[in-house]
Amino acid sequence: MIKAILIFNNHGKPRMSKFYEHYTEDTEQQIIRETFHLVSKRDENVCNFLEGGLLIGGSENKLIYRHYATLYFVFCVDSSESELGILDLIQVFVETLDKCFENVCELDLIFHLDKVHNILAEMVMGGMVLETNMSEIITQVEAQGKMEKSETFVFQCPRQDR
Amino acid sequence: MALKIVKGSIDRMFDKNLQDLVRGIRNHKEDEAKYISTCIDEIKQELKQDNIAVKANAVCKLTYLQMLGYDVSWAAFNIVEVMSSSKFTFKRIGYLAASQCFHEGTDVIMLTTNQIRKDLSSPNQYDTGVALTGLSCFVTPDLARDLANDIMTLMSHTKPYIRKKAVLIMYKVFLKYPESLRPAFPRLKEKLEDPDPGVQSAAVNVICELARRNPKNYLSLAPLFFKLMTSSTNNWVLIKIIKLFGALTPLEPRLGKKLIEPLTNLIHSTSAMSLLYECVNTVIAVLISLSSGMPNHSASIQLCVQKLRILIEDSDQNLKYLGLLAMSKILKTHPKSVQSHKDLILQCLDDKDESIRLRALDLLYGMVSKKNLMEIVKKLMLHVDKAEGTTYRDELLTKIIDICSQSNYQYITNFEWYISILVELTRLEGTRHGHLIASQMLDVAIRVKAIRGFAVAQMATLLDNAHLLTGNTQRNGICEVLYAAAWICGEFSEHLEDPMQTLEAMLRPKVATLPGHIQAVYVQNAAKLFATVLQKHEGETDSQAAQETSQLLIDRLPLFVQSANLEVQERASCILQLVKYIQKLQQKNVEVAEEVTALFAGELNPVAPKAQKKVPIPEGLDLDAWINEPPSESESEDEKPKAVFAKEEPKHYRSRNTEVDEKELARRREVRKQEQANNPFYIKASPSSQKVYDAPGVEHIPVVQIDLSVPLKVPGMPMSDQYLKLEEERQQKEKAERKKKEKKKKREKRGKGRKADSGPESEEDITPAQHVDIVTEEMPENALPSDDDDKDPNDPHRALDIDLDKPLADSEKLPVRTHRPEVLKSPAEDRVSESVPPETKKKSSKEKKEKKKDKEKDRKRSKEEKKKKKKHKEVEEELLESQPEEPVQSEETKEAAAPPTSTSAEEVTVPSSAVETSSAAVPESEPDEPKDTEPEDTKSSKHKKKKQKKEKEEKEKKKKKRHHHHHHHGEAGGEDSVQNGTVEEEEPLPPMSNYSVLAENSFIKMMREDAEQVYDIQGNHQDESKVVVSIIFENKSDSFLKSMEFNVLDSLNSKLQRPEGAGPHDGLTVPFQLPPGVSNEARFVFSVQSIVMPQKLKGTLTFIVKSDESSTHEKLDFKLHFTCTSYLITTPCYSDAYAKLLESGDLKGSSLRLEGINMPFHHLLARICFHHHFSVVERIDSCASMYSRSIQGHHVCLLVKTSDQTVSIDAKCDEPSLLGNVLDELKQTFSKC
Repeated sequence: MIKAILIFNNHGKPRMSKFYEHYTEDTEQQIIRETFHLVSKRDENVCNFLEGGLLIGGSENKLIYRHYATLYFVFCVDSSESELGILDLIQVFVETLDKCFENVCELDLIFHLDKVHNILAEMVMGGMVLETNMSEIITQVEAQGKMEKSETFVFQCPRQDR
Repeated sequence: MALKIVKGSIDRMFDKNLQDLVRGIRNHKEDEAKYISTCIDEIKQELKQDNIAVKANAVCKLTYLQMLGYDVSWAAFNIVEVMSSSKFTFKRIGYLAASQCFHEGTDVIMLTTNQIRKDLSSPNQYDTGVALTGLSCFVTPDLARDLANDIMTLMSHTKPYIRKKAVLIMYKVFLKYPESLRPAFPRLKEKLEDPDPGVQSAAVNVICELARRNPKNYLSLAPLFFKLMTSSTNNWVLIKIIKLFGALTPLEPRLGKKLIEPLTNLIHSTSAMSLLYECVNTVIAVLISLSSGMPNHSASIQLCVQKLRILIEDSDQNLKYLGLLAMSKILKTHPKSVQSHKDLILQCLDDKDESIRLRALDLLYGMVSKKNLMEIVKKLMLHVDKAEGTTYRDELLTKIIDICSQSNYQYITNFEWYISILVELTRLEGTRHGHLIASQMLDVAIRVKAIRGFAVAQMATLLDNAHLLTGNTQRNGICEVLYAAAWICGEFSEHLEDPMQTLEAMLRPKVATLPGHIQAVYVQNAAKLFATVLQKHEGETDSQAAQETSQLLIDRLPLFVQSANLEVQERASCILQLVKYIQKLQQKNVEVAEEVTALFAGELNPVAPKAQKKVPIPEGLDLDAWINEPPSESESEDEKPKAVFAKEEPKHYRSRNTEVDEKELARRREVRKQEQANNPFYIKASPSSQKVYDAPGVEHIPVVQIDLSVPLKVPGMPMSDQYLKLEEERQQKEKAERKKKEKKKKREKRGKGRKADSGPESEEDITPAQHVDIVTEEMPENALPSDDDDKDPNDPHRALDIDLDKPLADSEKLPVRTHRPEVLKSPAEDRVSESVPPETKKKSSKEKKEKKKDKEKDRKRSKEEKKKKKKHKEVEEELLESQPEEPVQSEETKEAAAPPTSTSAEEVTVPSSAVETSSAAVPESEPDEPKDTEPEDTKSSKHKKKKQKKEKEEKEKKKKKRHHHHHHHGEAGGEDSVQNGTVEEEEPLPPMSNYSVLAENSFIKMMREDAEQVYDIQGNHQDESKVVVSIIFENKSDSFLKSMEFNVLDSLNSKLQRPEGAGPHDGLTVPFQLPPGVSNEARFVFSVQSIVMPQKLKGTLTFIVKSDESSTHEKLDFKLHFTCTSYLITTPCYSDAYAKLLESGDLKGSSLRLEGINMPFHHLLARICFHHHFSVVERIDSCASMYSRSIQGHHVCLLVKTSDQTVSIDAKCDEPSLLGNVLDELKQTFSKC
């Protein structure tokens, strides 16, 4: 099971957080801070796994992360997930973002948090991996995007009237 | 005008979408919080609008703010509103917000049920998809219950996109609503073979998650998964399945054997590292579960280790890390194969990556041996010096201590070295683990007596240099060490060279800056040192020194009297007054040393950490019971109306009551005392506990002299290295000596020398530098082994421990809403609901029968093996299966009804048991007699038992001691005899049961198999023989029974075989626990010296009854009866050998006459064969010769004749008393028919 997926930048500012277990907002912020603290002090060329922080589940869990430019992508998982598998999944996630945003950068994530969530929802659901095939993910995301666009048109009409 | 302003502000608000909000926050970096609070106010305004688009926009912004840590739960209702929008765009925003901030405590969730159901059945697949995604994050038990059926229907949706989401969310539903698991499982299983790979993967995912928590329920799916594993090409699915197999193999070793081959194939073929790694992991799991069952598993181990080495050597840090991780799993079972890679692992200690270093440290823990411990620790010490960052250094420190102290200091050959290491570790700056070092120092100094002298010297140095440790406030953690140092110096002060100096060091003003608990120890141990100093100077003509010491204490202690710490203050003022008094005496020249020393006399023994917990609760002590019933509230209410009818003063009533109670209590106490006196389990006033700790002759053990001229006083200098050198030299010397010896040997025997010489020296060759005895930790007598690793009762997965193979019952259907029939009408659903009820009934009853049969088969089989007559097994099983069950019962009841006609021979031989007093045994065994004939079937004898209970209410004890002769009905032995006697056409034999009830109470029933497996271990028959007794324990209660301990009171002749090291009164742990209604068999070995007389052994079974609320200790007394026939082995004998035996004239004869036997002759023979282990040698009409042999080689021959209900038995044996007893037992068997 995946317990949480966090994206934050080099300064620890959260860019997206998805918790698959309930925590209060304060705890969530603490977890993000703690995770950032653990991850940010690691060198570039060390392994991408580390024992979980104290807040999320303790020793059962692992943090698996990747660092891209200004962003850290951190998955907190328990022992049922394959470490290397999750690393691949992070890669798929980032590549998908890259395709959907066309050369994704931190700003895209900042301004389109909802879209990031929607893409993630096609990959991971309730802490379990739903789909790992990138083209399938993109197809579904785009189909929903199209639906949204057709609705937005209808919705914007009255605004223009005003 | 006003309207215009309002309209304008609406427009502005309306304009501010998520992007604007983000931009705004970024532009207000200085006053972010303030800006956001204004934004939240705006959002609150927006949420009041009727326009759903405005609301959705507001909710979207809230989602962002939630990520930043703002509580948005106040908008929960608005989120629900947005969720229920008909537009996909808004719906998605609503569900996203809900998934981020709804949880079980959100009360508006219950409003969503119908909305979600509507979305689930929406024609638009993305509406359904969004609802499923959202629901997966905030599903509650109520939602799960209400929607389970809808989701289950979606599992068969036409679109794979919906199917896979529905399958995946089922896991969450199961967690919240475990009742749904069984009805949904068949369909879930179906989805494992879905044409769409995504759905398949989802199903695998869910089942793996389920199986991981409760693997045993999913073993039946193994073949299906095996098929998937060999056919699937999806690495994700493969990884999941392979991981699942890793969880299943420990439960089913056969699965492991099947897995090895395909997994090794995958290891060789795959290019995906993730898959390779998981394969290796599972192969390791398989090998661990097989451990020794596979002949050629060394090849697989080699393959794994070799692949892992490649991973570890890889430049990719991730692979390196995982390689080490997997390596540590192999280490547990196959340390040898890992140890050869020590170089590689030590290399990893130098890695720049901390995670990798930590993993390597873990591995080192398992790799140390006596030989390399010093070397490895030296390397670690180097790392300690180099390490920057306290966490890693602390980790190193704990690892060093772990490595050294593991399995009771198994690998330490030189404790002086270890003490030096500990002292060196105290120089670590800012470590948190001072207490760890301290406890090690204490432990070693207390338990290794030989090291105390050295330890005390080191500790004295430490105390002397305490300022170095405490100089820096940052180093606070380490000052714990001083606690240990002070205590060791005080307690073992007789080893101190200069106690005066240490005393002075302990009373320095600087000490007052230490934490209170350490100061307290200082003060207390200063007093101990004072006593030692006094004793040293005792008898000297000049009492100057002693008086100076007193003065020193009197001068320094006031500092501690002023301490803010209560403990320090109290101890200091006590001791100060004492010293003042002593000083007075000293001035009068009174000798006080002895009295002062007496204050601290006696030695403290180490006590095991769990000792207190393990003190068994004595019988009759119910810790949960009230000592005085508390006045309950309801009682006080009740009392008022009572007073109306009965107005006597409550006082009087009360006092009378207590009087009775006291009498009663006193009586009970007396009874208990008596019971305890007779019970070997109670600790009596015997000094038995002492003897264990009288470590014999420590003083005589030669301690190797170590050159102590090396300056120990400079704590800045590392000194443990010298031991390494020393040790090397020593080992070299030993080696040389050994070589010399070997050379000598070589000269003597040239041929064999070569083999011994080659190769590195083995573990055993290294002799410890000092002979140390490690004092064992004290445990209370009769401590019960307890397992503390009970599952977490809060684990949600416990509820999912559900048997999935059981057919569905009618009541288990998922709740379906009746007013929406179209949901119900899914074809699959119909099938389930219609076909289930009749099937259930049929199957369950069938299952029961089968189970019963299986059980019997099992019993049968085990007995079969013992008798080593495997060739007849099949025939017998067939016979057994075809036999109806009723006859067994009727036979039993018949027997139960038959009154015992004669008293048994047991009483005669009772005194052979040494501990049993004959006065107790004889009256007890008489009332027991009728019970012997009780059938196994408890139901049929229930009322009878009750009657008996009434009769013996006072003799409660005896009720439990239902011992048994095992002359009983059996069911299978008859066949043996038939085969022996070659009579095939006679009427079928009545079934005979092999098990008799040994004892039972309301919790447990013990049944003992009559036909013990008997064998002797030694060729010499005169020596001890072993008897195996199989006992079936059946849990009759609805509580969990655990920690069963089986114990008997040994007699001179018969002893229970206990594991090595166990005392003669220790019980044996029954190697299983019993869930309600389960029975299991355990075997116990007894050694018997003389077999010519029957034996009776008194025993007790103690166990813990664990129910939901409480766990209580129970015990059950029983008597094990070894009859003489139980020492006989069915041994076939040919007629000519038999004739020779009779002719030899070595045998003494005896005979027996039985009247009124009306059973067919072959039944009679069968009974003798079955119950008394004879075999028929020859049979002619109504006359038969039979033979058996005792475990000690006595021949027993019988000639059985029958005519007219009279049976005459002529018997011959070379041991008359054995024969007599066997005949008595024969008589008894037939007296019961």
